[in-house]
Amino acid sequence: MIRVVLPAHLRTLARVPGEVELTVEGPVTQRSVLDALEARYPMLSGTLRDHVTQQRRPFVRFFACEEDLSHESPDALLPERVASGEEPYLVVGAIAGG
Amino acid sequence: MSSVRVLVGTRKGAFILTSDGKREKWEVSGPHFGGWEVYHMKGSPVDPDRLYASQSTGWHGQVMQRSNDGGHTWEPVGNKFVYDGVPGTHQWYDGKPHPWEFKRVWHLEPSLTDAETVYAGVEDAAIFRSTDGGKNWQELPGLRGHGTGPQWQPGAGGMCLHTILLDPANPQRMYIAISAAGAFRTDDGGVTWQPINRGLVSPFLPNPTAEVGHCVHHVAMHPSRPDVLFMQKHWDVMRSDDAGENWREVSGNLPTDFGFVIDVHAHEPETIYVAPIKSDGEHYPPDGKLRIYRSRTGGNEWEALTNGLPQSNCYVNVLRDAMAVDSLYSCGVYFGTTGGQVYASADAGDHWAPIVHDLPAVLSVEVQTLS
Repeated sequence: MIRVVLPAHLRTLARVPGEVELTVEGPVTQRSVLDALEARYPMLSGTLRDHVTQQRRPFVRFFACEEDLSHESPDALLPERVASGEEPYLVVGAIAGG
Repeated sequence: MSSVRVLVGTRKGAFILTSDGKREKWEVSGPHFGGWEVYHMKGSPVDPDRLYASQSTGWHGQVMQRSNDGGHTWEPVGNKFVYDGVPGTHQWYDGKPHPWEFKRVWHLEPSLTDAETVYAGVEDAAIFRSTDGGKNWQELPGLRGHGTGPQWQPGAGGMCLHTILLDPANPQRMYIAISAAGAFRTDDGGVTWQPINRGLVSPFLPNPTAEVGHCVHHVAMHPSRPDVLFMQKHWDVMRSDDAGENWREVSGNLPTDFGFVIDVHAHEPETIYVAPIKSDGEHYPPDGKLRIYRSRTGGNEWEALTNGLPQSNCYVNVLRDAMAVDSLYSCGVYFGTTGGQVYASADAGDHWAPIVHDLPAVLSVEVQTLS
């Protein structure tokens, strides 16, 4: 079971109170986690990555195990502790503005 | 008894203001979608409880919302706006080609005959249509594919399609306006489009009377006379009596003819309203006095409406989609400001009072008259 923490705006949009738990088939990667997330919460499609290019939206960041994974390949394996559910995969809205 | 529902989009969410036909006491609901920019909300003329809302942020992009109960509850619908075919390029601010990129929905226009059909005007400028209540969106590519498309250029607020007018007498005819390309019309249901900018003069253009490139801020129409259009341009208030084929200036005695909004009285097709703004560099009312101007002659002769509006130290703006009218007798007029006020007049503009004082900056105002 993969644990995903969403930023507040997206928790409201998806109507989830806290962490999301997902089952991911196959390798646990950014892409497979987001695919599973969007399949379960279709209203999140387009809010994390572009509909067409599938690229991460510029002000969305991904963290896990105290590392910034935002610039990793979408197909890179996520840390084992994320894959095992020990650590959550954090989706964070970048701090931007004055 | 009749009632009104005012749909207010702001920089930080949506608000719904309701009142009975007297329009004296108001209930305020919101914020809906708190923290998100709500560029526009509008209800279906066919089913007034069917509302559509455009919600966006710089972080998470575009979300579309739909309500089936007049805004009490909402459900996210489709937000996939994909340009038809290879998007191509338009001009960037420096005149260089720039690829078309979807950014947000500026304006929603529900069909006059089908609650499931709604049009969306988007940035970068294009028009989309949904025929399933907002679940799926398809571009009407004939507009963006117009031969002049590569010449279009963004205004300061982006290259947005902000105005969609549906002709109630001719379902095949629509008008749209783009900053800064100009106004366009289709006579075949959106398949093909033609620019309708003859008579507009924009001195900032290399050719001030060019076919496209004009910064049209808003266009309004009275449903009983769909061939008569009123336009607030970047500078100049304009009028067309032939479905946009020709325009003439009707700024007349306005203190400044710069502004964003323009609207038409619900029962008097020659009575129109604008909110003059000092200049393109100073987006606030002249002399710090918030004045709506009304013409009962379809332009040229204007009177200032000030009763109940701040007449000193007022430096707010009234954005292009932030004025609307109800269809009660007498006609109610509403507008919102970047200072977060929504003002209402239940007597066609003679007297004004704020419904709310301290909302986030108001981006849009629409009104539904309910029976």
